[in-house]
Amino acid sequence: MRIIVCIKQVPDTQDIKIDPETNTLIREGVPSIMNPLDAYALEEAIRIKEKGGGEVIVISMGPSQAEDILREAIGMGADNAVLLTDVKFKGADTLATSYTLKKAIEKIGDYNLILCGKQAIDGDTAQVGPEIAELLGIPQVTYVRKIEEIDEKRAVIERMTEWGYQVIETFLPALFTVVKEINVPRLPSLRGKIKAKSAEISHWGLDDIEAEQERVGLSGSPTKVIKIFTPERKKTGKKFVGTREEAADKIIGFLKDISS
Amino acid sequence: MSIKVIEDSCNGCEACVPACPYEAISVQDGIARIDLDNCNLCGACVSECPFEAIVIEKETTHLRSPSDYHGVLVYGERTSEGIHKVVYELLSKGRELADKLNTELAVALVVNKEFPTKDEIIDGIIARGADTVYIVRNEAFKEFLIEPYTDALVYLIEKYKPEVVLAGATSEGRSLLPRVAARLKTGLTADCTGLDINEDGLLVQTRPAFGGNIMARIICEHRRPQMATVRYKVMEEATENERKGDVVIEEFVPRIPQTTLLQDVLDETQKINLEDADIIVSGGRGIQDAKNFTLLQELADLLGAALGSSRPPVDDGWIPYSHQVGQTGKTVRPKVYIACGISGSIQHLAGMSSSDYIIAINKDSDAPIFKVADLGIVGDLFEVVPVLIKRLKAGSS
Repeated sequence: MRIIVCIKQVPDTQDIKIDPETNTLIREGVPSIMNPLDAYALEEAIRIKEKGGGEVIVISMGPSQAEDILREAIGMGADNAVLLTDVKFKGADTLATSYTLKKAIEKIGDYNLILCGKQAIDGDTAQVGPEIAELLGIPQVTYVRKIEEIDEKRAVIERMTEWGYQVIETFLPALFTVVKEINVPRLPSLRGKIKAKSAEISHWGLDDIEAEQERVGLSGSPTKVIKIFTPERKKTGKKFVGTREEAADKIIGFLKDISS
Repeated sequence: MSIKVIEDSCNGCEACVPACPYEAISVQDGIARIDLDNCNLCGACVSECPFEAIVIEKETTHLRSPSDYHGVLVYGERTSEGIHKVVYELLSKGRELADKLNTELAVALVVNKEFPTKDEIIDGIIARGADTVYIVRNEAFKEFLIEPYTDALVYLIEKYKPEVVLAGATSEGRSLLPRVAARLKTGLTADCTGLDINEDGLLVQTRPAFGGNIMARIICEHRRPQMATVRYKVMEEATENERKGDVVIEEFVPRIPQTTLLQDVLDETQKINLEDADIIVSGGRGIQDAKNFTLLQELADLLGAALGSSRPPVDDGWIPYSHQVGQTGKTVRPKVYIACGISGSIQHLAGMSSSDYIIAINKDSDAPIFKVADLGIVGDLFEVVPVLIKRLKAGSS
């Protein structure tokens, strides 16, 4: 069983503060972390490997600093890591990112399963997983909360929906995006950390993955951001202190006011 | 593909410096300098510059000629009862966009033969603004499955060439549209909260990122269709009017899918689902114990509300994950969100701060939840909520 896990380095929002005067994000000096939802995908891959044997390969596209999360992944139990890094990859939207990852996945080849987190916490698009699956021409299952059965040819999984869940059977290779419910990711072990320190991480650029330049980075991105702004916060932030009865009346009064 | 500072326009005001998420800009000798090794070409600085001194140039490739594409197409997501309400919301917005573009509004329904082609569902769609309803029909479309539905929608788009394609940002829409967009090699903007047409006739898509802490406006200039998923409960639902429309039936055979739906299970603990609810009563760490959620459930039942949770109660196993609101859970936008014993971490706010009204009950008067609340009650939820329940019961009897 060969499993590829796509991970992304994102700013750690635990440390992001809001500037009280301007109500904007203070992003300077914020450390980068592995996208929290990707950690669940990685953990699931490692568990499948531990049960049935195989290999876990992590890939990430980003600047050279993104090596940090790939090392962390090796510390958790991934076998190999590839960093897709090239100035030409910069400014990629979801389509260009998916194409780049697809080319790298094809170069790795011979995979049974691709796992991704449901979405990244910075862009929040949830599009890269399904787009990779389409470009590879393999099935996808999104919002996976449980893998019931899996072998090299097929899997039965539970997928979360708005109203409950679905049980889906799929042939492999396939791509799953996972939600937090699927597991609790482990911390890197001491032995893992030592291994991660000296692990060799391949760096692949445009030519290594034989990608077409006009399909990567900014030039391969159909969408373009024309403006970024901070949303208005209209909330009053008014606080009420009083007895429990007064508080309950205040809430009922408020609910009546807004429904009329 | 490059970014540059027009030195004649830059006056070294430093407005761009904090705007850069990658700390790639510094001002040297009164001119902004961009460190290209750290720059990610995200464009955050471009809109921040008061002098339009920063430009990103990109070589464009014309894959499709935009002038061949006309009309607005809305994906008609179905539910067991008929049509998902988000479709009615997309019809009001879609009508507005189509009128601005002076073009047609159509709805795509992907169905099997059991689906009636002449009934109140179709009439309702036309009455709410559609000029045409396309019905793509095959036995494979009995229930939603990603691969055949992708085939159907791509078939329709390639045949009728709409310039704009919209779907709800539901779990179905957010699974289906990326596949369709990738096959058509066009742009897709996720989870939009605003849509408009600019002076060039382009779709301007506004969406939150970073858990709603920043907003981005996005366009797709050179490829067609321009595609977006739109957040549920943001747009107004279209109202019914007496009007006429066409129904076009397309018999279409998709490829055999690699996936099979074995079971569709309703979660009994979700009496009302979070995405549909007008009111959500939500509990946080201040709930202290699993059994105390019964108190919030009682309040929720009285208000006809759904039951939500912040992350800690889910992590402690007090309530299932399907109730979690926030960055690693669901994003909700009810009319009223009642946060009980929730401190209001950035991660939680990311999932609920766009609610119309927020009521917070918390003992700690410094809790950050109060900053986003319209009504903040500084008090113990175990004192306030029981009285609230009593009053609501007395009021309803």
